[in-house]
Amino acid sequence: MVKYASMDKINFQLEVKNLSCIRSDKLLFKNLSFVVRNYNLLEITGKNGSGKTSLLKILSALRLPDEGEIIFNGQNINTMTYEYYSYVSFLGHHNAIKNDLTAIENLSISCALSSSVDKENDKDINSVLTKVELLYHKDDLVGTFSAGMKRRLSIAKLLLLKNPLWILDEPYTSVDLSGIDLIESFITSHLKQGGAVVMTSHHPLKIDKKYIKNLHIK
Amino acid sequence: MKVFIAIIKRDLLLLSRKPADFYNPPLFFVLVIILYPFALGADSEILKIGAAGLVWISALLASILSLDNIFKADYGDGTLEEMVLSPHPLVIISLAKVVVYWFFTGLPLLLLSPILGLMMGLPSEGIWILMLSLLLGTPVLSLIGAIGAALTVGLKNGGVILSLLVLPLYIPVLIFGSSAVNNSIAGLDVMGSIYILSAFFTLSLVLAPLAIAASLKLSISN
Repeated sequence: MVKYASMDKINFQLEVKNLSCIRSDKLLFKNLSFVVRNYNLLEITGKNGSGKTSLLKILSALRLPDEGEIIFNGQNINTMTYEYYSYVSFLGHHNAIKNDLTAIENLSISCALSSSVDKENDKDINSVLTKVELLYHKDDLVGTFSAGMKRRLSIAKLLLLKNPLWILDEPYTSVDLSGIDLIESFITSHLKQGGAVVMTSHHPLKIDKKYIKNLHIK
Repeated sequence: MKVFIAIIKRDLLLLSRKPADFYNPPLFFVLVIILYPFALGADSEILKIGAAGLVWISALLASILSLDNIFKADYGDGTLEEMVLSPHPLVIISLAKVVVYWFFTGLPLLLLSPILGLMMGLPSEGIWILMLSLLLGTPVLSLIGAIGAALTVGLKNGGVILSLLVLPLYIPVLIFGSSAVNNSIAGLDVMGSIYILSAFFTLSLVLAPLAIAASLKLSISN
């Protein structure tokens, strides 16, 4: 089971107020407002090019909004970036893993970059690699992995870092059906423990509806 | 400090797995230096008089050669996003990246410079000053170059813009680096140039990581 480094991290609220985004002189969305709390999964839907990825980048504080603000526990995320980053795990289109490193080496560097994992722990790394069914490939270079295995390794980082808010951009990309079931079980487990997820997906979710809120971008 | 060491260890490990990236700058430096005696004549007075400047120009070009690679691979595979999203200061992470970059561009040039200086007919009293000027100057080249690399990492053909961006900023380092060596050969005081190079080094060590971190955030946000 995923356990957070500190329990006080579990109570949180992400409030988005009147968010607008312009990209290459094109208005992607305007006046978006919503709230994400513990036990929430916000599923963002919309056509290709509607601004889903831009919205996720804004929520991750990787990009500034053109208008509006994002308040995390009463504070604007752009004034508290380093503190905010200790709550958030972002999985984008890229897996953020190095082909010339082994699975274990990739996870070790993620531990070092994180603040929630105080000390690199082989037991924890082996445990998450078992969960994503990559334990027998732990010493293989990631360059030898299939696209689906690489995606599962990037999911392993989410489990290892234990941040309460997951922001996921198409997490099922390149993953087979059993892999999708596996990732959905991790998301469900994360939500049950009080975590929250904001995600985009072209795959219908098989997660308990009580957690899911939908935001459609036109 | 933990993250600083972890990034250095990671990048050195990646270099050890792809050693071609390590060989390129020093190999370029050696090849260019070897070509000068062929073009100017091995016993040429011009070669002896211009040796300091030629070594410095070669060092400068060698350090530009792989500047584009500092952040490119990390940008391409998404690990740069992971670094930006780290709760650890991006300034520290950026500095660690530059340290590794200097390790495989500046340090080999520094270690090769005595042999190549002698090959160019540089007198022995100039060799130590050449090494000292490279010790102070090459980290400045790496730090300034990394600002340009961070600004252009998101551009598809950023290599040319990068060279145009950093070359004017390299000129003062080139002037004071080569003048320190020339002064020592001429028996003049070298400390003025060395102090200025030290000031460049201190300033860039303090300010460049801040600029690199801000530039990386800007590049990632697009």
